[in-house]
Amino acid sequence: MQISSGSPFPQNTETSPGVRKVTAEDVNVYYGEKHALKSVCLDVYANEVTALIGPSGCGKSTFLRCLNRMNDLIEGARVVGRITLDGEDIYDSRLDVVQLRARIGMVFQKPNPFPKSIFDNVAYGPRIHGLAQSSGDLEEVVVTSLQRAGLYEEVKDRLGEPGTGLSGGQQQRLCIARAIAVSPEVILMDEPCSALDPIATAKVEELIDELRENYTIVIVTHSMQQAARVSQRTAFFHLGELIEVGDTEQIFTNPQQKLTQGYITGRFG
Amino acid sequence: MAGEHTVRSYDEELSHLTNLIARMGGLAEAQLDSAVQALIKRDSDLASKVIAADAKVDEIEHEVHSFTVRLLALRQPVAHDLRMIVGALKISGDLERIADYAANVAKRALVLNQIPPVKPTAAVPRLARLVQEIVKEVLDAFVEQDRDKAVKVWKQDEEVDDMYTSLFRELITYMMEDPRNITACIHLMFIAKNIERIGDHATNIAETIHFLVQGTPIREIRPKGESVLPDPSQISRDN
Repeated sequence: MQISSGSPFPQNTETSPGVRKVTAEDVNVYYGEKHALKSVCLDVYANEVTALIGPSGCGKSTFLRCLNRMNDLIEGARVVGRITLDGEDIYDSRLDVVQLRARIGMVFQKPNPFPKSIFDNVAYGPRIHGLAQSSGDLEEVVVTSLQRAGLYEEVKDRLGEPGTGLSGGQQQRLCIARAIAVSPEVILMDEPCSALDPIATAKVEELIDELRENYTIVIVTHSMQQAARVSQRTAFFHLGELIEVGDTEQIFTNPQQKLTQGYITGRFG
Repeated sequence: MAGEHTVRSYDEELSHLTNLIARMGGLAEAQLDSAVQALIKRDSDLASKVIAADAKVDEIEHEVHSFTVRLLALRQPVAHDLRMIVGALKISGDLERIADYAANVAKRALVLNQIPPVKPTAAVPRLARLVQEIVKEVLDAFVEQDRDKAVKVWKQDEEVDDMYTSLFRELITYMMEDPRNITACIHLMFIAKNIERIGDHATNIAETIHFLVQGTPIREIRPKGESVLPDPSQISRDN
C-alpha cells in the first residue's frame, strides 16, 4: 500500500486521553478520476463515539466505508494511505476481510434486516462465524444481543416472526443487535437515524450511548444536533478534507476553523 | 461573525437581539447621565423622570429574556451564535442593574435636594464621568464586537476603584469635620458606591464580550485598585 505525500494536518483540538483504536494516516480515496478524500489523518479512540459531520459529498461516508473496507466493493475505488485497527494494517493483503468486518461492524442508513425471523437475523453472524457451539449458546448470544440493542423486551414473544415486520425503529435496533451479535470491537453507523421518527431516534441514541461502554463507535450523521448529543468527538469534513476534529463540546461551542463555524451555524452547506 | 445564515430570518433575529441590547445600553447610559445631572444641578424633576424611566429598561430586559429563550428553543444555536445569544442574556442582566443603580442615584439626589448642599458633591461627578465613559466604551465594544476595546474597559476598573476609595476617605473627613454633614455625606457615599458598582457591571459586560468574540474567558488577572476595606490578611485575629 503506497503512502502519498502528506498535506498540512487539519486543526486538531482534541483532548481525548483514550486509547487509539483505529488510526487513519494520510488516507486518500479516489473514485476513478475523482479525488474523494484528501490526506485524512484521524484517530478514533476506544469506547468513544466519534461523529463525522459535513455537507453532502464531503467524504464523511467515504471515510467511514474505508474503515471496514466497504470501498473494496465499489468498482474504481482506490484507497491510498494507512488505516490500522489496534496497530494492525487493515489493508494488509494477508488480512481476511470477512474477519475484519466481524471486528468492525456496520449499521446502515436504511434498516436492512434479512427476510428471516427476528431470531435468525441476529443468529446469522454467529452461525457463519461459528461463534456458538450449541443451540443453547446461540440462543444466549441472540438474547444478549437483543437486550444490548434495547429490543428484547419488545420482541421476546415473537422471535420467530419476520424481522421485516417490525417498525422502522425496531428494525434499526434489530440491525444493531445483528451487528453486535458477532462481538465486534468497532461499530460504524452511516446515518442510522435518518429514516426514523424522533422517538425511535431517541431510543437509538440512548442505545449508542450505552453501547460505547463495550464498543467503539463511529457515526456519520447529517444532524448536527445528533452529533452533539451522542458523540464525544466530532470531525468536520468539507470537500474531501478533514477540516477540524476535536472534543464535541469544543466543536459546537468554539470551533477553531472558519469553515467549521460556517457549517455548524448554518451559514453554508 | 462574517457571513450570512442560509436561513435569512435567523440573521434577522440575531440582529434584532443585538439591536435590543444596543437600545437597552443606550437607555441605561442615558439614565446614568440624567441621574448624575439631577444630582449636580439639584434638579428634582429630572431625578423623578429617571426613577420613572427605569421601568422601560426592565421592560426591554424581559423582551431580551423571552426572545433569547425563543431563539434557543427554535434555532438551537451553536458556536458564535450560541455565545452571542447567551452573552446577550447576561449583558441584559448587567444593563438592568446599571439602570437600577442609576435610579438609586436619582432617588438619593431627590433627598439631597431637600437639604443644603455639601462641598464633596463636586467630587462625585468626577467618578461619574469616568464610569459613564467606561459604560459608553463597553457598549461600543459590544456593537463593534471589539475584543481589544472590551479588554481596555476591563482594565479601567482599577481607576474607578482608586477614585471611589479616595472619595470614600474625603467623605469621612467631611463627616468628622462637622457632624451636620453626615446626612448628606452618607447619601453621597451610597451614590458613589452605586456608581462604583455600575463600573463593576461594565467590567462584567467587557468579560462577556471577550467570551462571545473569542470563545474563551479573559485569562489575565485584573488589576485591582485601592480598596476601602483593609486587606483581611493584615487584620489581627486578636482584634
